[in-house]
Amino acid sequence: MSLSSIEWGAKPRKALGAPVVGKLVVDLPLLLTLVAVTGFGLVVLYSAAGEDAGRVARQGVRAALGFAAFFVMAQIQPRYLRIWSPWLYCAVLGLLLAVAVEGEISQGAQRWLDLGIVRFQPSELMKLAAPMMVAWFLHDRTLPPSLPQLLVVSLIIAVPAVLIARQPDLGTALLVVAAGGLAVLLAGISVRLILVSGGLSLALAPVLWISMLDYQRARVLTFLNPESDPLGAGYNIIQSKIAIGSGHLFGKGWLNGSQAHLEFLPERSTDFIFAVLAEEFGLFGVVLLLILYLVLVGRGLYIAIQAQDTFTRLLAGSLSLTFFVYVFVNAGMVSGILPVVGVPLPLVSAGGTSMVTLMGCFGILAAIHGHRKLLPA
Amino acid sequence: MPKRSPTLKDHWREQRLFFSRIIASATVVLLLTAVLVGRLVQLQIFDYQRFSELSQDNRLRIEPLPPTRGLIFDRNGLVIAENLPTWQLVAVPEQIADLEGLLQGLTALGLVDAAEHQTLADLIRSHRGFERVKLRNLTEAEAARFAVRRHRFPGIDIQEGLIRYYPFGPASAHAVGYVGSISSADLERIDRRNYAATSHIGKTGIERAYEDVLHGQVGYRQQVVNARGRVLLDPAEEGGEVASAGLETRWPVPGRNVVLSLDMRLQLATYEALAGSRGAAVAIDPRNGDVLALVSAPAFDPNRLAAGLSRSDFAALQADNDNPLFNRALAGRYPPGSTIKPFLGLAALHHEKKTPHDHTYCPGFFRLPGNTHRYRDWRPQGHGNIDLYGAIVQSCDVYFYQLAVDLGIERMAAALTSFGFGPATGIDINGEIGGVIPSPEWKRAQPQFKRPEDKVWFPGETVIAGIGQGYMLVTPLQLAHATATFAARGARFRPRLMIGTEDTFEGRLAYIEPEALPPVEMDEADWQVVHDAMVGVTRDQRGSARAPLAGTEYVVAGKTGTAQVFTVAQEEKYNEEEIEERLRDHGLFIAYAPAESPRIAVAVVVENGGGGSRAAAPVARKILDVYFATQAGIVEDYVALQY
Repeated sequence: MSLSSIEWGAKPRKALGAPVVGKLVVDLPLLLTLVAVTGFGLVVLYSAAGEDAGRVARQGVRAALGFAAFFVMAQIQPRYLRIWSPWLYCAVLGLLLAVAVEGEISQGAQRWLDLGIVRFQPSELMKLAAPMMVAWFLHDRTLPPSLPQLLVVSLIIAVPAVLIARQPDLGTALLVVAAGGLAVLLAGISVRLILVSGGLSLALAPVLWISMLDYQRARVLTFLNPESDPLGAGYNIIQSKIAIGSGHLFGKGWLNGSQAHLEFLPERSTDFIFAVLAEEFGLFGVVLLLILYLVLVGRGLYIAIQAQDTFTRLLAGSLSLTFFVYVFVNAGMVSGILPVVGVPLPLVSAGGTSMVTLMGCFGILAAIHGHRKLLPA
Repeated sequence: MPKRSPTLKDHWREQRLFFSRIIASATVVLLLTAVLVGRLVQLQIFDYQRFSELSQDNRLRIEPLPPTRGLIFDRNGLVIAENLPTWQLVAVPEQIADLEGLLQGLTALGLVDAAEHQTLADLIRSHRGFERVKLRNLTEAEAARFAVRRHRFPGIDIQEGLIRYYPFGPASAHAVGYVGSISSADLERIDRRNYAATSHIGKTGIERAYEDVLHGQVGYRQQVVNARGRVLLDPAEEGGEVASAGLETRWPVPGRNVVLSLDMRLQLATYEALAGSRGAAVAIDPRNGDVLALVSAPAFDPNRLAAGLSRSDFAALQADNDNPLFNRALAGRYPPGSTIKPFLGLAALHHEKKTPHDHTYCPGFFRLPGNTHRYRDWRPQGHGNIDLYGAIVQSCDVYFYQLAVDLGIERMAAALTSFGFGPATGIDINGEIGGVIPSPEWKRAQPQFKRPEDKVWFPGETVIAGIGQGYMLVTPLQLAHATATFAARGARFRPRLMIGTEDTFEGRLAYIEPEALPPVEMDEADWQVVHDAMVGVTRDQRGSARAPLAGTEYVVAGKTGTAQVFTVAQEEKYNEEEIEERLRDHGLFIAYAPAESPRIAVAVVVENGGGGSRAAAPVARKILDVYFATQAGIVEDYVALQY
């Protein structure tokens, strides 16, 4: 949350008659599962990072920052989130534009915004801002939304997605589309429309192919036939399949994965950490992690059902389902059923921005649940 | 806030719709999870045997195959850079248990420098486990010493390899450059995949600038190896069995050969003429910009760098007072001194500030109106009444002080810039920097002048710019380029060292056309006046370079120059003997020949050589003598005589 939006939110406090922050909210099921996932993640990372305690400590600091974000977000009344949504969306869109302009000037890939002390990727924040904006737009309209309303919603999603895709960061752009699209889906657009738009996107695939950059095309081609480029992009998939496959039921044991420790496996501590887990803890470990993820998604969906207004309902549902999309895209990529897009394994891969954003999202879920009015108004 | 919808919200219906969507989504989530688990079961249970074999008992390994680096030839087909077989010390990271211990053991054997442990350890760690990392080249004796103790160094091996060899050693060093071990900085600018099997990369000169042409494309072969890294099945040795074994081989594509504009005979003559001094010489063909010789002295032996200098040896080379690694021809900036006079004379004729017949009286010094400061002429007694011809032949300073004042600094700067002074010429190798052509605008932009009153352009600064002193700086390459432009009567070509590339297999030369630059347009009569004066410099009784160029069969047009390294105070006498060698003037000389239809233009700078006539002109004479001797067929086998 930027400082300016908090000051802005202070004004209507009187009008709405309730403070931004109310009673202390801690969603225990969410919190405990998050602790379990990140803890498991740190254990795997220690092995993946070549038993480098320093890197694990740095990731631990990021996780601590994430939990702080969780607690802060959990205390904010959801109605303020609703009021802030358009402002947050516009601010992040502005940042994306700034990054695009700066990238135009420096003639290169530009994803990071340097704020002096901290560098962060505005595209990460858009993963939250886009579904919030969609939920805000739909919150006091009759659902299911009409066709003109759907057009507005498509614009809300498409504009930032195009900006991010041009950075170029196709993976994040697709995730933003997924986050916004899921909110629309939950709002109740007709099954027929879903089928039609699905057909349309299939028809648009060739257009997308033409507009892709060479390295993005290479990734898709490598997905279709990894062996075509065994020294480069295909190498990752070949090695990660070997790592997963050789894990068997219970794995080779912690710190004993030969694929990971003999450095066959690339990007072990980031995008491909799932393969390290699969090699060292086997099918058992992987399924355990998937169950933990499912608990988080299930809790989120439960919160969505229990939510009392359209905004929180759509937001909670979309955030939970998007989280699952991250998991599925990463695990699918590493196990070779999806193309290699740079999506980290949520809460486990080394990396800061994604960890903090995700924890913040879970904080919002906790807030939605914790600030319900228990007596019917 | 969005517009309220006109219809009433049906909360019960909406909630039911939402609930059904959540249930549908949850079902999809579970289905996708099932797909994922199914995939994992397939990989980890059903295909376990295969992947386990790949991972533990046998490994399918991809062995990258290095491409052969392209050769470098001079314009006559002489080899300047080639690849020779050698022994190499290599490491295989995955087989190394105790890296630190191994390195210490190698140091004890005298094979690795103790100071390099960290660099080598970083290098080894930055590679994939199965990649063979080249540590250094070994001599025969070192290879033998290691071979008998090989069992004590698991993960370290020796292999045959190729080493870059430069037959002409230091003579070609600054033009051709050298290759060295790939550093982490190099890794940033290359496609790592293409260098998977390559240990060396071009660091400077042609080797660096045409790295992508010379390197070629990496190949690979798949091998089956056991856990200890022993090759069990190698398609290269199986011949026809390749297809049946399912192992693939893609052969590397060798790099292309590069053909240079250099004439090694001339290059050697230039290198020898500069031997023992600090300086640079560049010879350019005015008809196309081909660099025929490019020497910076002192030079270094590129073979030592290609073989791998120890850290201390490299430090010693860098600390050398004469700075042999510094490319003076491309990056040495010197005041041009009087060599700038022909260009300024031409500009004055062009702007009609002088006619060939205008005379200036030279009493041995020059004064600006209303100022007592005396700008001296190099000849204390003066040259008397003198015209442009005489002023260039005898290098009269007072004439050019007056000319500079008449012409004005703006016109001077514009004219010199049109000849290619100022910004870098854009020669096709790295490391070139531009010179300085000062102007009021330039001075305002300089950060070293902080106070506003220091940013003002003074009239006296125009005066000394007339004889190429003050802020004005040029590189030897720029001087040669401008001289070539003058020789070609204004036709400009970008200086270049590469004239074509050659296919390794077929040997067909792909010639690259020279790149014409915007020409300098002047009246033919004006060119002729200054040209005649430059011929006078070597032929006239009073010519400043008559002695060093006496008796040549070809006619040379030239100009001497002397660049002050330090300033003489107003009333002080200049006594060369008392000045330390490092404070002595730089000698410069520019020339082109044959005067009637120039085929070669030369610029020579000799640091602290005294005057241009004494130090630089004799060097140019030697270059020109060899050029015309080889052209005439007298010394066709000059190189054979030397080597």
